[in-house]
Amino acid sequence: MLKKSLLYSAILSLLASSFIWLKTIDTYAFTGQVIHRGAVGEDVIELQSRLKNIGFYHGKIDGVFGWSTYWALRNFQSQFGLPVDGLAGKTTKAKLVKATKYNGASAAKSNNSSVASKSVKNTAVNTPQGITQNDIRLMANAVYGEARGEPFEGQVAVAAVILNRLSSPAFPKTIPGIIFQPGAFTAVADGQIWLTPNETARKAVIDALNGWDPTDNALYYFNPATATSSWIWGRPQIKRIGKHIFCR
Amino acid sequence: MIRGIVIGILVLAVAGTGYWGYQEHQEKNAVLLNAENNYQRAFHDLTYQVNLLHDKIGSTLAMNSGHSLSPSLADVWRITSEAHSSVGQLPLTLLPFNKTQEFLTNVGNFSYRTAIRDLDKEPLTKQETDTLQSLYKQSGEIKSELRKVQSMALKHNLRWMDVQLALASGKENTDNTIIDGFKKVEKTVSGYEEANMGPTMLNQQAKDENFKNLSGKTISQQEAMKEARVFSNINGGAHIKVTESGKGARYGFYSVSIKNPKSDQVVNMDITKKGGHLIWLMDNRTVAKQKISLHDAAGKALSYLNNNGYKNMEEYESSQYDNIGTFNFVTTIGGVRIYPESIKVKVALDNGEIVGVSAEEYLQSFQTRKIDKPIISMEQARKKVNPNLKVMEDRQAVIMNNLNHEVLCYEFLGTLGNDTYRIFINAKNGMEEKVEKLQNPESLNEGPM
Repeated sequence: MLKKSLLYSAILSLLASSFIWLKTIDTYAFTGQVIHRGAVGEDVIELQSRLKNIGFYHGKIDGVFGWSTYWALRNFQSQFGLPVDGLAGKTTKAKLVKATKYNGASAAKSNNSSVASKSVKNTAVNTPQGITQNDIRLMANAVYGEARGEPFEGQVAVAAVILNRLSSPAFPKTIPGIIFQPGAFTAVADGQIWLTPNETARKAVIDALNGWDPTDNALYYFNPATATSSWIWGRPQIKRIGKHIFCR
Repeated sequence: MIRGIVIGILVLAVAGTGYWGYQEHQEKNAVLLNAENNYQRAFHDLTYQVNLLHDKIGSTLAMNSGHSLSPSLADVWRITSEAHSSVGQLPLTLLPFNKTQEFLTNVGNFSYRTAIRDLDKEPLTKQETDTLQSLYKQSGEIKSELRKVQSMALKHNLRWMDVQLALASGKENTDNTIIDGFKKVEKTVSGYEEANMGPTMLNQQAKDENFKNLSGKTISQQEAMKEARVFSNINGGAHIKVTESGKGARYGFYSVSIKNPKSDQVVNMDITKKGGHLIWLMDNRTVAKQKISLHDAAGKALSYLNNNGYKNMEEYESSQYDNIGTFNFVTTIGGVRIYPESIKVKVALDNGEIVGVSAEEYLQSFQTRKIDKPIISMEQARKKVNPNLKVMEDRQAVIMNNLNHEVLCYEFLGTLGNDTYRIFINAKNGMEEKVEKLQNPESLNEGPM
């Protein structure tokens, strides 16, 4: 009886100590989340660093779970006999932690010396297919200049009109071509396009690029209080958002 | 004495102001002249290009062998594209000049499709030759109209700045040779709509008609409000507003805005009148610090779709923008992805709420479909893929091809160097329908922010 309880306590303490041991060595282990393609953040930085550590990942440690990271992870899963799903779940992360070394921020920093701050930061972002951050900025400029006083929906709508023109045969074939078409946007004509856009305008542009169109494919819009052209009043109207009437 | 000094100072001041004014005037003129010259260049370019276009189409008509036809048609395509760009630089936005631009686009599409075809194996059909004939005639008419405007402009030193001013002030009805000339061109082109361009036309109309597949009966405003509560998950005495779509809408819809009493934010959405389907939803509340993972958010998005009657959806694209997860879902039927039926969902990563839905594409292309059996095998299709590409994933999928037809394809995801590509091989004839280079994350220091 006494022996048995002694044994139990011994096992217990062993377990406890091993648990503590695990804890101390894995200061930089993953959080509990399943890491999904498209995710950003410190877990992704750790994932990329660990995959790079054992030679599966060859790209930059940028903290964005893009396609290169995805394939690296799948290769890792297939080589280590795990189900190949491209998700960093519990078992995959445990296997990774066992197979690789990672000492957190310092390791990531040595890979990317431009990150000067102490905490690990993302050095890249997701952008919609075929679009750069500069394109987003230019569109955000146009949206901010045209519709900064409008509700969010109205700002997405202005961005959506630019994109609808892009797929219409009657308009220029590039985003800058549409924005700078003479007479197309008043904000371009009076220079308000060069105001610094805010975060809302940028978010509106990203939403429009990702496929949100509150205007039912409108090609024109105007402010009925200030519109001078009789022609624009003749276009078939679709709906009104904020101060703007959107039409075909 | 004092009077003399005061007079002297005033004279100096007047002279100084005059000089300053003169300088300002000079500068303004220089800037105006610069802008005017840009317009002039675009205008004369345009007339030159349309002239060239007419000649080129003419010479393709006289050609016989595919050997010389293909380069000539490619040239037509290039010229239309340049002319299109010239039009875009003229201050014509407030002038109805769409038909002429559409004409240029259609000529470009037509010549591109025929130019890339192997014309020795598959020569121009009778119909295509007829199309070329009529394009020759039509471009000739546009050419002569533009020529008239050009000679008038040169003879009378007409300025584009005046055109711009006339258009901006809304007095386009006043006599203006350039505006009248362009209006006449537009009127001429409007009569061309019957010209048969074959399946190469960018067929917007066909796309719109697909909305007829919407199921269900027409709903009332009251019912739309009820639907809006379901879609937005907002119950109780929330403030709610409904407006009907205008005459220009492609299909009738209600715009509903509903105030979320919890966040005090307005959730906006459009719901089709027929069947009460959600077209899009937007909730622009501030999203707090990330608490749930992108993976859990994907699950929330999927169950939202399932709860709202969208069955068999599969997530194929996921991205995190700040604290919001954006997902792209498509229908799968028996393991075949139907890419035209796609729905986008935005999930707030602070509490997993749905903050955005866009189902327009889904509603446009939704139909009850029967998937054909592929004719060639996966292995045969794989042989058609560039051998340098390392194929990582494969499946069957239905996509919209360049001619706006739905085709059954084998989809291959693979890598070439550091880039990932999505390649579609037609499952019937092995044609490479589409090759897409997928987006890599963009480094922050390359952007402006």
